[in-house]
Amino acid sequence: MTKTKHLKVKRSPGDELVQCLIYLFIGIFALITLLPFVYIVAGSFATERELTERAFFLFPHTISFNAYQYIFKTGDVVKGLLNSLFVTIVGVLINMTLSCTLAYPLSRTYFKGRIFFTNMVIITMLFSGGMVPAYMLVSNVLHLKNTYWSLWLPGAVNAFNMIIIKNYFQGLPAELEEAARMDGGNDAQIFIKIILPLSKPVIASVSLFYAVSHWNSYFDAMMYISDKNKEVIQIVLRRIIFLTSSVATEGGFDWGLFGMPPEKAVKMATTVVATVPILVVYPFIQKYFTQGVMVGSVKG
Amino acid sequence: MEKMQSNAKPRAGTWRHELSVHKWLYIMIIPGVIYMLVFRYLPMGGLIMAFQDFSPYNGDSMMGAFIKSPFVGLDIFKKFFTGPDFYRVLKNTLSISFASLIFYFPAPIILALFLNEIKNVAFKRVTQTMVYIPHFISMVIVAALTSQLFSTTDGLVYHGLVQMFGRANAPDIMSDPGLFVHMIVGQSMWKETGYGTIIFLAALSGVDVQLYEAAEVDGANRWHKMWHITLPAIRSTIVIMLILKVGTILNTSYEQIFLMQNSMNRSVSDVFDTYIYTKGVVNGNYSMATAAGMFKSIVSMIMVLGANKLAKAFGESGFY
Repeated sequence: MTKTKHLKVKRSPGDELVQCLIYLFIGIFALITLLPFVYIVAGSFATERELTERAFFLFPHTISFNAYQYIFKTGDVVKGLLNSLFVTIVGVLINMTLSCTLAYPLSRTYFKGRIFFTNMVIITMLFSGGMVPAYMLVSNVLHLKNTYWSLWLPGAVNAFNMIIIKNYFQGLPAELEEAARMDGGNDAQIFIKIILPLSKPVIASVSLFYAVSHWNSYFDAMMYISDKNKEVIQIVLRRIIFLTSSVATEGGFDWGLFGMPPEKAVKMATTVVATVPILVVYPFIQKYFTQGVMVGSVKG
Repeated sequence: MEKMQSNAKPRAGTWRHELSVHKWLYIMIIPGVIYMLVFRYLPMGGLIMAFQDFSPYNGDSMMGAFIKSPFVGLDIFKKFFTGPDFYRVLKNTLSISFASLIFYFPAPIILALFLNEIKNVAFKRVTQTMVYIPHFISMVIVAALTSQLFSTTDGLVYHGLVQMFGRANAPDIMSDPGLFVHMIVGQSMWKETGYGTIIFLAALSGVDVQLYEAAEVDGANRWHKMWHITLPAIRSTIVIMLILKVGTILNTSYEQIFLMQNSMNRSVSDVFDTYIYTKGVVNGNYSMATAAGMFKSIVSMIMVLGANKLAKAFGESGFY
């Protein structure tokens, strides 16, 4: 300890400057990631006039809830959020059930089919049929178009995520399992009563990976879901951001004193509403995802 | 021992014994295996379309269409490789991939090296928390943010650029074909650089602090330490990440490209993924799109296996 202190004193002024530049660089990088969000949040509460007249601001002069009133009144955004929530929750349940039940046998060294079935998974990581056969399977063979099964089933097991779980199972101490086997427990009982409760960290982090990908997924929903009532939030968001220029005429909303339809603010508010669910859970899950990535970095 | 084996129970080591003892493991694996067969292997069977003049109307069912569609050998591939689209799509895909390999790939390594130099724990934790966030944001939102910052109608940064360069010279990032690759790589860097540091920082957390102290005693400066201690510590991680990256050289993030594509930049934004989607899913030219997809899959596989072999030849442990 004293040794490092002593060495710090010896630092040359040039080195101090480098240290400052590193802090500065990281600080600027962090600001660049954050500023767009801050600007969008500020803009979503601003009046349309202020958004047109002022170039850049982090706090609007006049706070207006018009944009939020609009998006909650027209209902598309709320419906999209609820649909996305449903798709995410059921989707993660399917993902985790399939991934864990597949990972457990593959993690047991005494499981005879281990190498065969592991290779079966690894081959799918190296080679795939591609987009068109997969699309035809979902739409023409299984007829899942316009059902949420088209969003749940094709990606039900992600090989990388499954291997993260498998590695975690492999790392659990074997003694616990042996003790349970002495007491007459079979593989299913061991899996449910011992392995799963011990694996909460990996279950939490992989569930998170799956949940984020369901929540954020746009392309599958665009290909498979055309029923307006089943639209997920990303589809609604995309439509509002890029295709709408008719905010004023939609929903028969009365803009009152402000006169102008808050078109820019509506776009921003929709972006905020779609981002908030992720940002709200983010602090709770942060410790898990770092864990997850590190578990995953151990080779499969 | 002998007695137990001679019982009615199947002998240890045989398949029947295995099935009776670990019955549940085999039951448990069934859903996952069915999933793999149906959603991963069955589509591989669909690759047969690349060798057929396939039309779904050739039979009463999908299976019938596969059976009745005429085989044309490698004609579809010939048409694909000699057609007007192949060169353009390949060029667009590779320019995005190479730009991303040069700029996007090293970015998290550099940021991780910098973060490793930070001694102030609070500053480090706060900035790390901030830079991880964009990873969890959907591509649609990234596209939305890009448009709100750079579009010519209501882009905040665009207006700033207009003030700086004048209206004629301000770069229109959203639609200028010459800036498309910059925009795509820039978006990826903004979104993933922070999160990408995690894996390198994890590798760095394993480095013994005493190594640095010993080096300091020997008079090593910051760069010596970075070059001789920090970089070697993350070298194998870099190699594995590079293998994974090289394997995806023909895969562009199609959701991203698809969202940023517009009529102005189509000449440079049409990559394999968007080509396959448009040809196959939109226009129903299944055979051509499948052939393009198969080409992409095979090249990716060769790239991963090749990079892996190369890494092993250089003494790294590789990925498989």
